[in-house]
Amino acid sequence: MKIKDNITISESGFVFDAKTGESYSLNPSGKEILRLLNLGKNQDEIEEYMLNRYDVSQQVVTRHLDDFFQMLSYFNLTRTE
Amino acid sequence: MSDKLKLTIAISGLNNTDNPGPGIPVIRGIRDSKLIDARIIGLSYENLEPGIYMNDLVDCTYMVPYPSVGMEAYMERILQIHSQDPIDLIIPNLDAELHTFIKAEKILQEHNIKTYLPTLKQLEERNKGNLNAYGQKYGLKVPENLSITSHNEIGRIEDEFTYPLLVKGKFYDAYVAYNPQEVMVAFNKVSAKWGLPVIIQQFVRGTEVNVIALGDGEGNTVAAVPMRKQYITDKGKAWSGVTLNDPELMEMTHRLIKQTKWKGGMELEMIRTANDDYYLIEINPRIPAWVYLSVGAGQNIPEALTLLAMGKEVKPMTEYEVGKMFIRYSYDLIGNLADFEKISILGKL
Repeated sequence: MKIKDNITISESGFVFDAKTGESYSLNPSGKEILRLLNLGKNQDEIEEYMLNRYDVSQQVVTRHLDDFFQMLSYFNLTRTE
Repeated sequence: MSDKLKLTIAISGLNNTDNPGPGIPVIRGIRDSKLIDARIIGLSYENLEPGIYMNDLVDCTYMVPYPSVGMEAYMERILQIHSQDPIDLIIPNLDAELHTFIKAEKILQEHNIKTYLPTLKQLEERNKGNLNAYGQKYGLKVPENLSITSHNEIGRIEDEFTYPLLVKGKFYDAYVAYNPQEVMVAFNKVSAKWGLPVIIQQFVRGTEVNVIALGDGEGNTVAAVPMRKQYITDKGKAWSGVTLNDPELMEMTHRLIKQTKWKGGMELEMIRTANDDYYLIEINPRIPAWVYLSVGAGQNIPEALTLLAMGKEVKPMTEYEVGKMFIRYSYDLIGNLADFEKISILGKL
């Protein structure tokens, strides 16, 4: 999964879709996930990163990442490689 | 000494209200120009059009009759103004004026008054009632349309459309209707205000995206900026918008201008569906009221139109800033009763 080329993400976590004109706000974790996606990391790698970085169970990370990726897809912000 | 092109430009659409005409933003674009030194004459239909009282933007305003008085009477007033205050260029900004100004092009030329407008054929071809044929001719998807002229025809609608649908005036106004009763109410409102026919249009779900563009009459797109409305008033007017990066939409605009050889300003109103299909819902044959966003984004369309009208060369503008926004606001101008008196009694301020 990749973030579409027409999406810009600012340092503050403000996301702008230049094709649709829609904008979104990310919390710090969301911003981190999008940064990792932009670096070419896949869901498993991001999950591993989050488990190492935060004191949280695998079950919780998996569930939240699934939700987040579904949301990205729902808002049409991603493309498949 | 200034090298700027000195011009007297007459501009209509000074109704800078919550349903704004494009006059004031057009004037702002011209005032921003480093190439034009303009004296602006406002052409006003009502004595409380805010532009009349905007002394920093409008040098002088004349009242004019509504174009419905007929071309001859209307032009008589324009030429009377011209005899007092010689005009180099007129930029009409309201749909209802265009027919008159296009038909009067020759008369205006004889008096050295320039315009920069589409041809009558170009204007009529894109009428809302002709949208189906227009889409077919130029390879654009359009929602189904039906022009009706009486209540009796409302019964026909259910055979051809599913609800909801749009009921639109021939110049302005659109209402969403969910049943025949609502169609009837909307038909009465729209026909009372804008006359007949009333257009019934299929409701296409999606996001409305608009493009402001300027064609040179030879098939070249001199300027084009796409925008999405971010906030819409209860009249369906943009109160805020943002420029987009939408190559498909731009390609469609360039193709349409090339095919039609459109001359002058225009606004394409499109719906982009969830499947990324684009439906043309309307072409406004003039500069839209959000034109100052294009100026802010790097394409001064009023300046370019003025220069083209005066026979100057204008290189096509291809760059603009994506993510540039406009936010409208209301502002209380303080006026003097004496000014209101002058415009009301003398027809000039």
